[in-house]
Amino acid sequence: MPEVLKAPLVLEFPFTRSLGPVQSAFLTGLRERVVLGVRATDGRVLVPPVEYDPVTADEIRDLVEVAPTGTVTTWAWNPAPRGGQPLTAPFAWVLVRLDGADTALLHALAAPGPDAVHTGMRVRVRWAGERTGAITDIACFEPYDGEPARAGDHSGAFDDLVTGIVAPARLDYTYSPGRAQSAYLHSLAERRTVGERCPVCRKVYVPPRGACPTCGVATAEQVEVGPRGTVTTFCIVNIKAKNLDIEVPYVYAHIALDGAGLALHGRIGGIPYDQVRMGLRVEPVWTDGARYPDHYRPTGEPDADYDTYKELL
Amino acid sequence: MTRDIAVVAFARTDHRATCEDTSEVEMLMPVLHEVLARTGLRTADIGFTCSGSSDYLAGRAFSFTMALDGVGAWPPISESHVEMDGAWALYEAWTKLLSGDADTALVYSYGKSTPGSVRDVLTRQLDPYYVAPLWPDSVALAALQAQALIDAGDTDEAALAAVGARSRADADSRVPQGSSPGDYVVRPLRTGDCPPVGDGAAAVILAAGDRARALCERPAWIRGIDHRIEAHALGVRDLTDSPSTRLAAEKAGAFERPVDTAELHAPFSAQEVVLRKALRLGDGVRVNPSGGALAANPVMAAGLARIGEAAARIHRGESGRALAHATSGPCLQQNLVAVLEGDPR
Repeated sequence: MPEVLKAPLVLEFPFTRSLGPVQSAFLTGLRERVVLGVRATDGRVLVPPVEYDPVTADEIRDLVEVAPTGTVTTWAWNPAPRGGQPLTAPFAWVLVRLDGADTALLHALAAPGPDAVHTGMRVRVRWAGERTGAITDIACFEPYDGEPARAGDHSGAFDDLVTGIVAPARLDYTYSPGRAQSAYLHSLAERRTVGERCPVCRKVYVPPRGACPTCGVATAEQVEVGPRGTVTTFCIVNIKAKNLDIEVPYVYAHIALDGAGLALHGRIGGIPYDQVRMGLRVEPVWTDGARYPDHYRPTGEPDADYDTYKELL
Repeated sequence: MTRDIAVVAFARTDHRATCEDTSEVEMLMPVLHEVLARTGLRTADIGFTCSGSSDYLAGRAFSFTMALDGVGAWPPISESHVEMDGAWALYEAWTKLLSGDADTALVYSYGKSTPGSVRDVLTRQLDPYYVAPLWPDSVALAALQAQALIDAGDTDEAALAAVGARSRADADSRVPQGSSPGDYVVRPLRTGDCPPVGDGAAAVILAAGDRARALCERPAWIRGIDHRIEAHALGVRDLTDSPSTRLAAEKAGAFERPVDTAELHAPFSAQEVVLRKALRLGDGVRVNPSGGALAANPVMAAGLARIGEAAARIHRGESGRALAHATSGPCLQQNLVAVLEGDPR
């Protein structure tokens, strides 16, 4: 059995989100070194603040400033910080109840080691040097043994509100297409097209995925199909895709390779777009170094009879 | 409730499945075939199919559609999917059968955690404004919960290590693993307190009334299911308790009579302590005889596996009344409880 293929797969996106009025005030406040909470219907002050009451689901807007000092309610020592986390040296994750708040905020605590951290310890905010209106404007917490800081009485009204955040996210994977698709890709590299036959219905699937979607059974018997095939249906593409180096209009078709039980997708070239038709006989065109056919072109054979491909439409 | 519905068959991948050489559907198919073989049903005989999985584990959009090849989705079938653990797919299938729209249902779920870094992947389910930008991984959040429990006097590190050791010993015939608690991953949690990272799948078949009796010698009747959720923000919740689990159990009828078995979806040792307390489980209850999620944790399938393991124990005559629990989200945010019973014998 040929080696199962693997390749890096990176999922990366700048997650852009708009903020509601309470979130907007809270994150703007962080930019201005002001920590705001919101008063819930039961009188508790929630920090970080939410826009709907966690008990009654009522909309809540009553902003309250709290102190940048507080008490650790629970903690966990992180000996090996991971990418994206607030500190690169070992640190403690903490839930901190700020003075004036009734709920706790999750963040990092800079400390020399786990022996320097305990539940109930006093901490204060260490502000980031550059602040943009994000939770990371709090660089981290740090131990603090002074008096509780006095909270101001900021109303939560700011001239220049932060109305959105961009949260970059990146996840790294090692993708494997599995046994069946690996075998298919290996054969394509040799300019052969190999499908798999269902042991029950005998249909040959191209590209194979290891299962027959009609019978729900595993497919294993490999069958070489093509290289020639028949256009079963097609469309004419008139709008150029971004970064695609193909002149429009062009034809995108379903092509039933000889011996295959269903059609695959491919572009038709080497013939004016308005002369492509159902039943047209085509063959793959490979470019140097490519792992799959660039397009399919007419073979010059007579068109296939409709009855030979009508089941594959 | 007008119809009795039972779990009539269960199958899962081996505890230590490493499926890096297979696609999702290739990993899933043997489990589907096994669960169907237990009942003699073919995919075409199934009235409703429901699955659970996550695009974030796969790193691809609509990844579940590929897995549908494994259930024979042509000609068209009655099918649905939840982007959650398969326990919630089972909940949907149960309501479908209750409504009378189908007499049988196939429920399956699967996840491959090994292609990505599951600790980082799970950060993407967190509050995107205040929490996700800090990338607190799943072990870190569970460790905060464990420390809160230790501070409350509900447990200590030795007791947590015992939970992990017991779980792996119960699964020992299937899981060759030492009982050493290991090093700290995020203190106070050690490797032995954390679930193994693995790939896997689980599947069950549900059937209603006489159909269930025809398909299974001793069906595991679902006497009740309920699921409840708590506030997203960790700092709003009491991490030492799980009121959502307790409420779900109450609504599912779990407290009406004692259970003899509890399959708890507790990926971290400390979470078993929380759940035992929330569910008022006494020492007489056999907890996680399968080894639980500390022995095998295929994300998205581990909760469905708890229901399946509880049902299989009833099928084998080892339990008369069992509780099954599934969780989702950080620190037991959302919880599902099912109560299963066998006919008196």
